Amino acid sequence: MDKTTPKKRKDRTAMPCQPANVRSHNFDEVALGYTLENALDEASRCLHCKKPLCVEGCPVCVPIPEFIKAVKEQNLEEAYRLLKTANALPAVCGRVCPQENQCEGRCILGRKGEPVAIGRLERFVADTHIAKSACEQQTGTNACSTRVQGLSVACVGSGPSSLSCAGYCASHGLKVHIYEALHEPGGVLVYGIPSFRLPKDVVHSEVSALQELGVEVHLNCVAGRTVQISELLQKHDAVFIGVGAGLPKFLGVPGENLVGVFSANEYLTRINLGRAYKFPEYDTPAFHGKIVTVFGAGNVAMDAARTALRMGAEEVHVCYRRTRAEMPARHEEVEHAEEEGVIFDMLVNPLSFKGDANQRLERVVLQRMELGEPDESGRRRPVAVQGSEFEMKTDLAIVALGTRSNPILLEATEDLEKNKWGYIVVNEETCETSIPNVYAGGDIVTGAATVILAAGAGRRAGMSICERLLGAK
Amino acid sequence: MPVPIVEKQPLIPGKTSKMVLEAPEIARHAKPGHFVMLRMSEHGERIPLTIADTDKEKGLITIVYLVLGKSTALLEALNPGDSILDVCGPLGRPTHIEKGGTVICVGGGTGIAAMHHIAKGHHLAGNKVVAIIGARSKDLLLFEKELSLFADELLISTDDGSYGHKGLVTELLKGKLDGDEPILEVVAVGPVPMMAAVSDLTRGYGVKTTVSLNPIMVDGIGMCGACRVTVDGKTRFACVDGPEFDGHKVDFAELRLRLGAFRAQEQQSMEAYRSTAVNG
Repeated sequence: MDKTTPKKRKDRTAMPCQPANVRSHNFDEVALGYTLENALDEASRCLHCKKPLCVEGCPVCVPIPEFIKAVKEQNLEEAYRLLKTANALPAVCGRVCPQENQCEGRCILGRKGEPVAIGRLERFVADTHIAKSACEQQTGTNACSTRVQGLSVACVGSGPSSLSCAGYCASHGLKVHIYEALHEPGGVLVYGIPSFRLPKDVVHSEVSALQELGVEVHLNCVAGRTVQISELLQKHDAVFIGVGAGLPKFLGVPGENLVGVFSANEYLTRINLGRAYKFPEYDTPAFHGKIVTVFGAGNVAMDAARTALRMGAEEVHVCYRRTRAEMPARHEEVEHAEEEGVIFDMLVNPLSFKGDANQRLERVVLQRMELGEPDESGRRRPVAVQGSEFEMKTDLAIVALGTRSNPILLEATEDLEKNKWGYIVVNEETCETSIPNVYAGGDIVTGAATVILAAGAGRRAGMSICERLLGAK
Repeated sequence: MPVPIVEKQPLIPGKTSKMVLEAPEIARHAKPGHFVMLRMSEHGERIPLTIADTDKEKGLITIVYLVLGKSTALLEALNPGDSILDVCGPLGRPTHIEKGGTVICVGGGTGIAAMHHIAKGHHLAGNKVVAIIGARSKDLLLFEKELSLFADELLISTDDGSYGHKGLVTELLKGKLDGDEPILEVVAVGPVPMMAAVSDLTRGYGVKTTVSLNPIMVDGIGMCGACRVTVDGKTRFACVDGPEFDGHKVDFAELRLRLGAFRAQEQQSMEAYRSTAVNG
């Protein structure tokens, strides 16, 4: 290390962004990414700890100090190679990971100032290299040429867990087939996360990189309907199930089926996958509201609220029954939403929806809440304030309360062991299910979680599969 | 992979056609009651259509559609030799087929095609099938020949009396329900008012009634709840829990309202398509 390095700056290098008043009217990416200069600036803050806590905080154990060192030396190819040894989707994860709870949350600089912006650096390296040769990108070596003859793996679903599993297996020479139910690969990365947070071409580049490695993607193929797991087991040497937990939860209050009440999944799928923000150039229509209310306080709620603003809503409210402090969404997303003009209504709970004469949504009946004693999760339980009911005008309500396990595949695969919530039971180390040679990971095992946790599980399953099929490493 | 169209037959010129598609995986797994989601172009939307028939040996499925908006107009513009960009299926739960009795299958409009596949399933399971089909006039009637191949009894009605009984299918159904023959089940597929009327009628007779619902769908695989319906006071997703439900428990009024959610945009889309089709 350079002995003359001055005292480290406490503040991280700012990320160039579209101004809030501009970006709230377009679907272009909000955060514009570091320039080389920004990246070198930020990389110079890393202390290259001997025992890096940041790596412990990363679900896939990216060699963080090493890749940042390579950035500092302006050897971006080496930085990319190091990233790819651990993470199949660095351009995606650098954008959507909750780094404050993971790598950056553990960074030693965070104790007295701001942690190193690891996510921004990861994104910078991945974006710089995304157009490079896919084989090299994916494997960091020339492994494409060493395809193992005759062995193949089926990955069901094409979200972060499956892509990660596919990437690992393919880079170790296994032939991989991805089976995806929708007409576009990427799972939540294409139907859920809006383009202003994750541009679609970033996802497509990651998928193309896998295809360059020989991964075959079969679209419009619903496991449990178009093909059964038992059939995949006959055709392939191992099967990975990464179908996510896509079935939306509703509030279960009167009036929820009025025209104008949508699940966040439907609202976002129409706009992201169906490109309804370009209607009528694209055929899928979206529902427009002047006053939009979003129920829930996770990242999906933030995505829905910010999308509604971009679709021309005059007022967008996020309604949550607890307070700002308990919101599960990433701080950065909440800040971005607020800067763009989203209104946060805390400590309110919906009781019912009311329609006009044509049974279109017109009002929501809300109740004020206060925080009581902590519940099992340690969070203070919201308690209704008696007699506090009030009405709010709204013509589009979006329910973002999370998802449950989708029954299609599980019902069709009876011998697959599930827990009481309907998620697949796996051996935590190997990710193997109750059916030998069938592995699973991501939201269908854990319930709705994050992109990087799903990618981490996919990678673990990929390692087990390679160990089983190719022998111990 | 795009799915090739191997056969196209206009049933009502310019309005309704039958298409046979080469989709071996779908054909192999499809059962009566199943449907597919289709997308015609890169800018297209996903629409659901029932599988009207299958030929498992040849790997073929049959769809029948009514040209109602832009997506079905795009489909109608395709011909044998062309392909459909995306066909996803088979989706939904298959028809529950109980053996041993007389089943009355009622079909209206394009729903006759969907009903045909269900009726065929009952026939193959050994049930006696009474098919009742109706349309506004003779030239709008579908699948009479196909149904006549296996239906034990085929009753036809037209609103204007141009063919068969003059009046509604429910009048023919009432005639059967008033008869002595015990009825195992009534199945109805067609426009919402028809399915509601059939369910209202059979309720008085205490006869089990199954309807195949047609709500708006986006993914068709349970991801979004666009297709939710209220059955017995509970919210159900037609694409994974249905599309067939107990007709006596369905909230048809709600289904009808929800079907109109995007009417303005549907018209806008169709008008834009018509004007470009006309102006080249």
